[in-house]
Amino acid sequence: MSAQMVIFFVLAIIAVLGAISLILQRHPIHSALSLIVVMVALAGLYLLMGAEFVAAVQIIVYGGAIMVLFIFVIMLLNAGEEERTNVSRLALYAGVPLAVAVTGMIAAAILNSRAAATAPAALTSTRDLSRLLFTEFVYPFELTSFLILVAILGAIVLAQREN
Amino acid sequence: MIPTNYYILLSAILFGLGIVAFVFKRNIITIFMAIELMLNAVNLAFVAFSKAHVAQGGQADGEVFVLFVIIVAAAEAAVGLGIIILTARNRRSLNVESVNLLKL
Repeated sequence: MSAQMVIFFVLAIIAVLGAISLILQRHPIHSALSLIVVMVALAGLYLLMGAEFVAAVQIIVYGGAIMVLFIFVIMLLNAGEEERTNVSRLALYAGVPLAVAVTGMIAAAILNSRAAATAPAALTSTRDLSRLLFTEFVYPFELTSFLILVAILGAIVLAQREN
Repeated sequence: MIPTNYYILLSAILFGLGIVAFVFKRNIITIFMAIELMLNAVNLAFVAFSKAHVAQGGQADGEVFVLFVIIVAAAEAAVGLGIIILTARNRRSLNVESVNLLKL
């Protein structure tokens, strides 16, 4: 077992445990911290694959900005422990089998597929990525600026108090 | 060298856990976090496929898609958390079961 393999399994186990902890924790702030663990583990996996720019963006935007927004809202609303109500029958009898079936089918498809090319650890240079972003994907890139503008306006309109 | 399959399998497991969290959690903020978890799982698959594609002489399109997914997730978080604040203010609760105006 190579060192890369060991790092992969350690990070993968950390990510899965973080996701399970997100489900089991009852306090939203604990769930948020578990989600941060998952995101940092995923950033490590991106680095392992050689996607350095994506790993940095993952930490800065996901682990930094988005999760701070979540924790900010949790503290703003003073969210307490989750009330343990009866899970609705629809969730219990349809939702969980659905989740297990989806995961099982995806896993079966993956395991039955021919061994795909091994992920090389070659670095994607940030220069190549930005060249792709500003030539081939320049229209979607410009569209996202509109998306963010609309999101800012929407957030302001939603959050203001009606007088 | 780690086979791409391993990454896709991990991505599927994380996505499944995201679905379970989405179905089981009662707190509206935690449900929102489950959506972020699923987006993260998809990002992992994107990067893994992108790397496999690059290994066969392609471009790193998948990594650009990941950047777009992150941008959309950030916009979604801003609007979604605004909606959550409004719901919490009107319903005085974060439990999704108290949001039942559309229910017969």
